[in-house]
Amino acid sequence: MRILTAQAIADEGDAEVLGHRLPPDSKAARARCGVVPQLDNLDFELTVRQNLSVFARLYRLPRGERAGAVDRALAMANLGERADSVVDELSGGMRRRLLVARALVHRPELLLLDEPTVGLDPQVRAELWGLIDSLRSQGVTILMSTHYIEEAERLADEVAIMAEGRIVARGRPAELVAEHVGRDVVEVYGPPRELEAAEAQAEGAGFATRRAGPVLAILGTERSNGALPSGYRRPASLEDVFVLLTGEEVE
Amino acid sequence: MPARRVRASAATSAGESAAVATAPASPPPGGAAASRVRRLEPAAIGAVLSRELAVFRRYWGSTTFSSVVEPTIFLLAFGFGFGALVSQVAGLSYIEFVGTGVVATAVLFSSVFPGLFTTFVKRRYQRTYEALLAAPIDVEELVTAEVLWLAMRAGVYGAAPLLVAMAFGLDPSPGMLLVPFIGFLTGFGFAAFGVTIAALAKSIDNFNYVTSSVITPLFLVAGAFFPLDALPGWAATLAEANPLHHCVELVRDAVFGLRPGADLLHVGVLLAFALVMWRLAIWRLRLRLID
Repeated sequence: MRILTAQAIADEGDAEVLGHRLPPDSKAARARCGVVPQLDNLDFELTVRQNLSVFARLYRLPRGERAGAVDRALAMANLGERADSVVDELSGGMRRRLLVARALVHRPELLLLDEPTVGLDPQVRAELWGLIDSLRSQGVTILMSTHYIEEAERLADEVAIMAEGRIVARGRPAELVAEHVGRDVVEVYGPPRELEAAEAQAEGAGFATRRAGPVLAILGTERSNGALPSGYRRPASLEDVFVLLTGEEVE
Repeated sequence: MPARRVRASAATSAGESAAVATAPASPPPGGAAASRVRRLEPAAIGAVLSRELAVFRRYWGSTTFSSVVEPTIFLLAFGFGFGALVSQVAGLSYIEFVGTGVVATAVLFSSVFPGLFTTFVKRRYQRTYEALLAAPIDVEELVTAEVLWLAMRAGVYGAAPLLVAMAFGLDPSPGMLLVPFIGFLTGFGFAAFGVTIAALAKSIDNFNYVTSSVITPLFLVAGAFFPLDALPGWAATLAEANPLHHCVELVRDAVFGLRPGADLLHVGVLLAFALVMWRLAIWRLRLRLID
């Protein structure tokens, strides 16, 4: 993400954003992008509206368009009623929405979201998902990095799974799930010894498994003819793909 | 080991997923700049300055308070303390001598300390620079705007001691109108010096080394409170290299009568100091902000 805003220079390879080569043309690229950082960097002593006005100017909106752009961004993030509150007085969720609004004030063609929901409680995260989804339906292209696989599965049209800095799989969430895991997963709960036995049994029958703490997940069980440990059946998810492709390498 | 598996599913450092939500139709480009890529664009500098101004509106009271009260205390302490012992210094009454000298220390304090502390806080704790650099702003424009802002402040606040000194009996003179410009030029160099040190410092405690070993000597050996002729020869020579000394001399000449030859030299030294520090600040902050 830092490479895309030219705050980091790639050691190797080329980077291009919206047809602008980085870093030489990064300024032109940055003018067309909006960035939601992972860590809050709002001006906490300014009001909501002032934060947006400053960025309307930083992104070179003509003087006459700034006030309108700020109002539009306030409306998108549903912050109209708090426009004159100082950022310090806002809740965590409102601050997040303001960060998104700030990234949208100049109508960027590409929105970069760097783990936007890290550390948020579930309600706030859901609220932010709603905002991201409405942007998407309005035609804004969004590039988002996340560790919450569920979030990628729900929001994204296309997912790239990365491990150690490389893309290991890329595609639509449903296609990735179908390709790498299958349709169904059986989860077995039990003490470690039983899980080990179940794991051996499933692998003996040719099924991939993954362990998540006290749970053993057996993947692609729709292909089974009955010779599997019994457990709780659920649909396969993108998280299964993610762990399958990256998890075993995690140390 | 279950712990290993748990970490795997929580997906900490090694794995990350990037999600691309592409919409069917791309919106028309907004009013954003198309491709005006130049160095030191006035629009970029103006935008960063406007941010500073917005933030300054929140805390101008405390800054203004200290910039008026501090010279008043200096003038009271030195004026009544030393003034009782010395009536004439370098051909001036002591209040005239200190009243003009304190301009330089006001300029120094209102430029170098914000240069140090606010730069460090904005870089390290508030991550303001990360936000600004994600916009079409380069480090060069960022540093230039920040230093310009502090220099303007130093120019304005540098004039405060003169107003205070007038209340204590300093006669107004038309040359005083030059003082804010001298303050601006001096403040530019010292603000950039502060930014450079803030870019180099690993922690805010590192500033103590600079404050004790650089700023305090510069402040004392500038000829603001006592004339430098009394110093041993080597110290007087060293003081010639102190930009603040040139600021002090220039302010006194502006107030009591310009000496074109000497004053051009003072302006030259201050200009060179400002230019060198400006480039150093850009260089060091770029190294710090861009990986």
